[in-house]
Order: sequence, then structure tokens, then C-alpha cells
Amino acid sequence: MAVVEPEHEAHDDHHDHGEFIAHHFESAEQQFDSGKLGIWLFLVTEVLFFSGLFVAYTLYRVLHPEIFDQAHVFLDKYLGFANTLVLLFSSLTMAVAVRYAQLGKNQHVVWYVLGTMVCASAFLGVKAIEYTHKWDQGIMVRSYFDYHAGHHEASMPLARALGVSDYLIWISIVPVLLLVGFALFAVFAKLTEKANAAFFSACMAIAIGGYFIGALAGHFYMELTDGGIGGRSEKAAALMAYEDETHSDHEHTDKPADHHDESAAEQQKETSEIAPYEGPQNDEFDQDIGIFFSIYYCMTGLHAIHIIAGIGFLAWILWRSILGHWRSDYFGPCDYVGLYWHLVDLIWIYLFPLLYLID
Amino acid sequence: MSHDHDGGFAHPAPPKLLITVFIALVLLTILTLAMSSIDLGLMGAFGFWIAMSIASFKAALVLLFFMHMYWDKPFNVLVFLSSSLFVILFIGLTLMDSSHYKNSVDEYPRQPDPPALSP
Repeated sequence: MAVVEPEHEAHDDHHDHGEFIAHHFESAEQQFDSGKLGIWLFLVTEVLFFSGLFVAYTLYRVLHPEIFDQAHVFLDKYLGFANTLVLLFSSLTMAVAVRYAQLGKNQHVVWYVLGTMVCASAFLGVKAIEYTHKWDQGIMVRSYFDYHAGHHEASMPLARALGVSDYLIWISIVPVLLLVGFALFAVFAKLTEKANAAFFSACMAIAIGGYFIGALAGHFYMELTDGGIGGRSEKAAALMAYEDETHSDHEHTDKPADHHDESAAEQQKETSEIAPYEGPQNDEFDQDIGIFFSIYYCMTGLHAIHIIAGIGFLAWILWRSILGHWRSDYFGPCDYVGLYWHLVDLIWIYLFPLLYLID
Repeated sequence: MSHDHDGGFAHPAPPKLLITVFIALVLLTILTLAMSSIDLGLMGAFGFWIAMSIASFKAALVLLFFMHMYWDKPFNVLVFLSSSLFVILFIGLTLMDSSHYKNSVDEYPRQPDPPALSP
């Protein structure tokens, strides 16, 4: 692997712009500044993109604060806390990677970008445990919210053998395929003597391995804490007991006991026009908490999509670091991807207290 | 072109500074978590605003040092911070109009509120 050392000599007449300075730029600095302004503008659009969801959150919290007080007992703040630490650490490694790119030390950039990618995957692994645990308990978006304590018996033999939920097996298919694919390609590239490609693929396999580290850690946390609602399971149970009580009352009053009673029939007609009662989907109480989870899934889901995209961009930076592209007058792409990665961290810094730490 | 000092236009952040910022971020995260776990009694409705202030302080640390805003051109800083103006407008104007559907929401049959849960 070629490692380009920073150029310390003064820029004199031969003025080597390097192979990556586009001809329409006067200098490396001008190219860097243009790119930097561009990435800041992109980050502005990202902030505004997320702010739509923050508006939904704020509006709903202002109008229905009680739903947020009830709903957050279903979220495990310790898993959220662990994920915050993982993301902050990945931001640190990214900042250090940018520093080494600025110094032109490509070999260092490789390791720090790899560290960032492992953390990013681990974040997704913990998130996968969180999501699948919720899906197992019927904590879904509004229309599908149907909470029940305890877990469904897994139907897949593999899931049963591992003691995990079916959902986890399903969403782990992509990381498993990627891990196997990159590992196989690393071996293939090694055999065909493509050293850079082999090294890159091995790094990618390690990066995706982070998902399984995160998922394992999350899984053992859940096992050790018996579902790990972080000391809030009694509250959730109490809430649901109350919900069941009012739920059955509701069912009784809704049934047309006497068809001859005109007012009762009219009332029945009125309620059936608004919300025909046909099971948990039409239970207002469940739906209300379900709206919190609609917001939760949208916000954390969009954030997770950004993490996945970030892993893709980081893979590109990793590849170019392996090729030894960075030097003290050309490190723009690494810096820009770093800025994007920090923004993803920045959004999580707000999401964590807003979703997990409601009191 | 300002190639007057060694290293050109790059401003590599000192590793010690980056690690200090990281430790500060972790401590502030622990503080936020502790605040939600321990009921201080003093907080009340201010708890939310304190949590948001801590989050904003963390965001400032990330922006200044991880995102190099401290060394960046003032114009770039202005561009990015202008987004907060539009976010405030977006949220603020929406909140001003939030009770528009209040009447129809109130008419919708609802169950009584569940018992209050102590935090």
C-alpha cells in the first residue's frame, strides 16, 4: 500500500497540483473551499429535512404530553445511552481520521475510518435488537400497535436455536450476506493477487462484523435484564392493565344491547361511523401510544438510513485511503464525509433526550 | 493564495483537544441520563429545557471542534447556522397554528386519561 507523506516543501514554480485538482479550479485551496461550502449547504438541507420530523414531534408533544409520558416507558434508555456512546466514539475516530488525512498519513486514516465503520455497524446492531424486541411485543406504528408483554414463540428453527426473534433473523440477512460476500471476495482477490482489493474487502468484512458485535451485546443485555426495559417494566404492565380494563368497558358500551332503544342505536351508529370497533387497531388508547411510535420509528429510522448511507460513504473514503490519495493539499472528500458523519451524530444528540429521556 | 504558513490550508485538530471534547461529550451524556433517572424535585417543567440546553451545548462542541467550525471560514459558519433560523421559523409558525383543528379533535370520542404515572 502506497503511503503518501505530506509535502513539506514550499509550493514553488513546478506547483504540483496533484492528480485530483480539477482543471477549472485555480488552486487546491479553491477546490477545497468550494467543496466545503457545498457540503455545508448539503448539511443545511439535511437539518431542514430532519426538522420536518422534529415539527411532528413538537406538535404532538405540545398537544398530547400525556402520551409521551406513557409511551417512553416502552423505550430502554440504557440501550439508547449505549448507542449514544458508540456514536460519540465513532465521531471521535472520524475526527482523528480527518486529522491524519490533513497530514497525509493515509495508513492512519485507514485504521481510524475502519474504527468509525465498526462503530456505525455496532450502532445498527443495537438498533436491530431494540427494533425487533419492540416488534415482538407488538410495539408497532399507530395502526398496528398491539402491545402484549412477553415474546412470541419464534417460528423459525434458526431463531429458536439462537433464542432470538424471527424479526432479528430477517433483518440480519443483509449484513450476513454482505459479511460473507466481502470475506469471500477478500479471499478471491488475495488469490488473484489484487492486494488493495483484498485488503479493502477484508476491512469491509470487519466493518460489517461490527453489526454482530452490537447485536450480540444488545442481545445479552436483553437476556441479563430479562427484557431490559431498564426498571420500567412494572410501569408498562400497570399501564397496560389499565388499558385492558377500559378496553373491556369500551367493548361493553359499544355493543348494541338493545336495538329498540333509539338513542343507543343512534349512539352506536355515531361511534361506528367514526371508529368501528374491530380489534386492537381501533382501540384509541393503543392508537395514541402508537402515534408516539410512528414518530419514533420515523425519526430513528431516518437516522438509521443516514447511518447506512454514511457507512457507504466511509467505504469510499476507506478505499481511497488504501490507495493513498490524501495529502496536505488534498483531503477534501475525507473532510466532507467527516462533516456528514458528525451531523448524523449531532442529530442523535437531540434524538436521545427527546425520545428516550422523557420524564 | 495564502500558502504563507506550513501545511497550507489544512487545520489539523490537536488529538488532545479531540479527546478532551469526546470526554466532555460523554460526561454530558451521563449527566443527561442521570437527570432523567434521579428526580431532583427542582426541575419540573424545566427538566426538558435543561436537557435541551445540555444537548445544544454538546451540539456546539461537536460543531466547533469535530466539525472544525472553530477554524472554518465565517461564511460557512453563517450558512450552516442560518439553517437554525429556518428550523425555528418552521417549528414556531407550526405551533402558532396548532390549535386549528382543536374543535374537531375535542369532539372525537376519547377514553378517560389513564392514571398519572410517577416518573
